[in-house]
Amino acid sequence: MSLTPDQVRRIAHLARIETSEAEVQTTLEHLNGIFSLIEEMQAVNTQGVEPMAHAQDLAQRLRDDVVSESDRRAAFQAVAPETEAGLYLVPKVIE
Amino acid sequence: MLNSSLKELAQALAGKKISSVELTQLYLDRINRLNPAINAYVSTQPERSLAQAKAADARLAAGDAGPLTGIPLAQKDIFCAEGWLTTCGSKMLANFVSPYDATVIQKFDAAGAVNLGKTNMDEFAMGSSNETSFFGPVKNPWDQSRVPGGSSGGSAAAVAARLAPAATGTDTGGSIRQPAALCNLTGLKPTYGVVSRWGMIAFASSLDQAGPMARSAEDCGLLLNAMAGFDPKDSTSLERPVEDYTRELNAPAAAKPLAGLKIGLPKEFFGEGCDAAVMAAIQAAIEQYKALGAEMVEVSLPNMKLSVPAYYVIAPAEASSNLSRFDGVRYGYRAPEYDSLDDMYAKSRAQGFGAEVKRRILIGTYVLSHGYYDAYYLQAQRIRRLIAEDFVAAFKQCDVILGPTSPSTAFKLGDKAGDPVQMYLSDIYTIAVNLAGLPGMSLPCGFAEGLPVGLQLIGNYFDEARLLNVAHRYQQVTDWHGRAPAGLE
Repeated sequence: MSLTPDQVRRIAHLARIETSEAEVQTTLEHLNGIFSLIEEMQAVNTQGVEPMAHAQDLAQRLRDDVVSESDRRAAFQAVAPETEAGLYLVPKVIE
Repeated sequence: MLNSSLKELAQALAGKKISSVELTQLYLDRINRLNPAINAYVSTQPERSLAQAKAADARLAAGDAGPLTGIPLAQKDIFCAEGWLTTCGSKMLANFVSPYDATVIQKFDAAGAVNLGKTNMDEFAMGSSNETSFFGPVKNPWDQSRVPGGSSGGSAAAVAARLAPAATGTDTGGSIRQPAALCNLTGLKPTYGVVSRWGMIAFASSLDQAGPMARSAEDCGLLLNAMAGFDPKDSTSLERPVEDYTRELNAPAAAKPLAGLKIGLPKEFFGEGCDAAVMAAIQAAIEQYKALGAEMVEVSLPNMKLSVPAYYVIAPAEASSNLSRFDGVRYGYRAPEYDSLDDMYAKSRAQGFGAEVKRRILIGTYVLSHGYYDAYYLQAQRIRRLIAEDFVAAFKQCDVILGPTSPSTAFKLGDKAGDPVQMYLSDIYTIAVNLAGLPGMSLPCGFAEGLPVGLQLIGNYFDEARLLNVAHRYQQVTDWHGRAPAGLE
């Protein structure tokens, strides 16, 4: 398998990582190298094998629906790039 | 003092031979002097460390001390610690002062340990050489032209250079064990779910696990006692009774303390691909274990060769999801210029992440995307099960598994930095353990041309206490783990 420059542009867009044309070329080479390693998997017959998502087959725990944390909004927003009146500021999305 | 075990340090503190403030200052002075060359720490806050030491001294004076009270430790910069820069080795978080503590940090604080500083690491723990850090590579204290391993390379170098008595690490594909091997340390990755992941910046959540990095198995046991335990804040934390991981270490000395122990030697660990000098040290360790009474059994992990390909689907898939939170909105880096919300995301992430992190996000995005999910992600998860089942079968024939930790000793800085595939293959012996969720450790077993060689021991689920004992018995009759690099006075 070999990726095309268009596929690299598409996944970079899906991942929201701006990628210049020069970067597309080097990224393509590196990713193709990595996928040639990954392709070794394709020769393995895994029919009937249950996918293993996790090291421990656990059911998710439930907890009581109670308040457990105090209000620390100011502390958490202190590390934000831009806030106003307790809200996170981003570029305008609705005209 | 610099070569004392944690137990000896605790005795010195209890006996008032030294105070925690003095011990902490001793390490802070060494960090000041030696860290510019080694680059093991990315941040220190001497006043905070000394305040913690002072509080520990008060606890010691009041007779309220535990085994780690007053002992300075280095913390990998992946653990959020309130009031500390927590960068994860990335430009993305270069300005992030954590507003809260990871559970691991809370537990060490409660034990009275002193936080000496945050250690350098591969960016978001993605790397095997510490060269992907935004803050520059760490130098291996045994040879400063070589890498310390990764991703917990800063923690490994800090302990090896005696810039900390012990440290924390995290291990997603070998990131505790491989740097421990390359820097002559003892490091343990516990069973998945034993140590809380809360506040530990996520890379691949089904694989990430924190553990101790120290100079001996005994030290690792003491640290694990403080780190382990159920945490309701971590959805995959396991509810298990509290254990004393050092409980087997105090058994009386015997001529053959490991009599009855069956050590499995997987033939896949002893084929081609491992440096001859590394293999010679491993073979010598096997002879030593026979002398301690252990019996060797040949086992097989037939799917181990598939662990690297499966890992490089699963880990990037989980990473692409986990790292989507870094968008320049709530914390971390935001690009200075952009012309829309989408543009702000794309530019912040392009400028904030380094090349290896971007590669892994792109791989993960691709293997999870429509039309490729079954062929890559599901196939990798099926292979993951085959790998885990190999271990289940092997542990029917043996108690622990032994092999090399890394196929080579520390390589030169820059040697593999341009070739991701070669870098990935340096974790060939460690990755399968993470996929299966088993505990594994690395301990020093000799030198090749002056560079440390690591021996890997893999245990069955929840067999940390036995693993530590198997390592401890070896360390009682060898002195590899006690050796220190020269020229760091």
